[in-house]
Amino acid sequence: MTKRKAQPAATTPAILPPEHFKREDRLTAWFITIAMIALFIGGALGPLQKLEHVGINLYPALAKIGIGSVRIQSYYQGLTAHGVLNALVWTTFFIVGFFTYAIPRSLGRPLKQPRINLLALVLMIVGLVMAAIPILTNLASVLYTFYPPMKASVFFYLGLVLVVVGSWVAGLGYYVTYWQWRKDNPGQKTPFIALAAIITMVMWQIATLGIAIEILVLIIPWVLGWTEGTDPQLARTFFWFTGHPLVYFWLLPAYVSWYAMLPKQAGGKMFSEQLARLVFWLFLVLSIPVGLHHQFVDPGVPAGWKAIHAVITYSLFLPSMATAFTVVASLELGARARGGKGLLGWIRHLPWGNPSYTAQNLAMILFVFGGIGGLTNASYNLNLAIHNTAWVPGHFHLTVGSAATLTFFGIAYWLVPALTNKPLASRRAALAQAWTWFVGMLLMSNGLHILGLNFGVPRRTSLGSAPYLDPAWNPLQIEAAVGGIILGISGLLFFGNMLATALSRKRAEVREEMPVAEPLHPEYQTPAWLDNWRPWIVATILLILIAYGPVLVSMIANINLTSPGVQIR
Amino acid sequence: MHIDRYERLFIYAAVALLVVFMGALAVSSFAFGIRVPTAYEKVDPRTVATPPSPWGLPAEERLRELSPGNYEVYLLGQMWQFSPNTITVPAGSRVTFYVTSKDVQHGFKIAGTNINIMALPGEVGVLTATFDTPGTYNFYCHEYCGALHHTMYGQIVVEE
Repeated sequence: MTKRKAQPAATTPAILPPEHFKREDRLTAWFITIAMIALFIGGALGPLQKLEHVGINLYPALAKIGIGSVRIQSYYQGLTAHGVLNALVWTTFFIVGFFTYAIPRSLGRPLKQPRINLLALVLMIVGLVMAAIPILTNLASVLYTFYPPMKASVFFYLGLVLVVVGSWVAGLGYYVTYWQWRKDNPGQKTPFIALAAIITMVMWQIATLGIAIEILVLIIPWVLGWTEGTDPQLARTFFWFTGHPLVYFWLLPAYVSWYAMLPKQAGGKMFSEQLARLVFWLFLVLSIPVGLHHQFVDPGVPAGWKAIHAVITYSLFLPSMATAFTVVASLELGARARGGKGLLGWIRHLPWGNPSYTAQNLAMILFVFGGIGGLTNASYNLNLAIHNTAWVPGHFHLTVGSAATLTFFGIAYWLVPALTNKPLASRRAALAQAWTWFVGMLLMSNGLHILGLNFGVPRRTSLGSAPYLDPAWNPLQIEAAVGGIILGISGLLFFGNMLATALSRKRAEVREEMPVAEPLHPEYQTPAWLDNWRPWIVATILLILIAYGPVLVSMIANINLTSPGVQIR
Repeated sequence: MHIDRYERLFIYAAVALLVVFMGALAVSSFAFGIRVPTAYEKVDPRTVATPPSPWGLPAEERLRELSPGNYEVYLLGQMWQFSPNTITVPAGSRVTFYVTSKDVQHGFKIAGTNINIMALPGEVGVLTATFDTPGTYNFYCHEYCGALHHTMYGQIVVEE
């Protein structure tokens, strides 16, 4: 044979026993523990924002709690911590932890160079501490978008860079492992979970070049006073080069679980394994050249380029729709295998008693609404109706706050028992957690969406203190606040359960393992082009050059370093 | 590559849906003229609020009637106010907004309208709207701009 052809493995090999993965498991435990601590602090600040909007201002009381200058003093400082800790720290640490667990198991071998991944952990922790200190001492209350020319402590930016660089190093650790696997298994197709996870990391590495350039070239020299000003429009453009693929960096790990783990938990198989591979390749190619759809109302970006990004964003709808079909079909296979019958009657036979399953299924349902809202946001001039209104946080709490976060909770319900070799402390509390998150999120996001769409209420604004606060907003503000409180309770149920599991003295009767769904049709041969990196990487870079090249070149040619900026306290 | 028949049909349906949506966007953009802002011109935020810059004029002189029923307004965002912060025009007026900022990023949205634009230092954003229905419309700063961001707002008064 002259041409390499990917062959299906004869049978899916059982995962190597856990004693082969001790180092990986320790690393994973570190990553997800830090992720959960971040979410605990960041999440706790969420309900306070919603209470402020309905006139219950707890920030003066919160400002009294603290050590020295480490304290949350204002709505916007709390909001910065909420955004950075939840959207950046919780997600990135959890995803790297999850992949450190899943990639080696999927490839059936430990990490080739675990020291690289240890270095990643150290870099990410140092970066986190470096960014957290200015946030908690009110020296970086610039929100998680840190739009220049608002100026924060330089350590805030350096810390963010280190977290990102740490995640790159983690990716490198996976690549060397994967590279060795390819050498040792010529002609074998890459196991799905490893392939999907590594595609996600590659996408992330290309995407984060935007934020790296923004911080290292446009922000740090200006914050240190080496340049007199910065260019806010160019900085925004680099930010959103990373900012939208960031959304897919949150989402694709959830897709990994929905495609390849959840069907196993439901007793089913992967309905369309080849299409799932194609979907991940499409996300690699299409996730990045779409950032201008966050900038439809920016003054300095030509409308034609905005329209091009709108069309590419629309094309992302297709892999998501394919995901919806394949995942639901895979779960239906499981439900029917468990005795489900009828057109829709099988739904009752899904494993609703399993909190790991239930959390993820509810996350998917919320994501349907998140997807519809996302399509609205991406719809060019329709965006004028909702840009920067309360609609937007309503939307992304359904995506990062539900599709990703609630799925990660579901993963944690098997992953933490697997890492600790202890049973989950309370199955019932975990089920209650999933359902309260679902209900709380429905209420909160419904309120926020309507406030934004019908009343133009601005997002991330201390509305309770705003002179324009309108009594007509009250019912929806209260709905959102009730949702926020239910989410807070749900969060407490999650952390309590995790803590009780970790501290328990019980041993699991059977050690939890990573669920791996088998393909429904292992006999179908995966075409070689679905296991070949080169064409997809080339397509990714080409599409970025087409969609961003001319517009960025012209913006850089007309760079305007005239904004001296304002230090924010 | 094997794709299930129903799944194939499902994806075709999704493509068809997108084509319909894109058509709707094209119609709203070209037939109804609902446009997004496009690159206009750059200004120096350090001098934009001083004459001879049009944003350096006194606030009450920044609304100009170009021809009957046709207005332009030079709106400046700064921490934490818009100037002018009250804009009064007769019903049926067509108003073009030239929006910029002299310090940090701000946002400008008129509730209940399609006027929504970022006010960035160094850039001029331009949007046009016609105000047919008399009434008072609030506009808000929708981009976080520091400690008193939530106090930054103004009003358009459309008179009978």
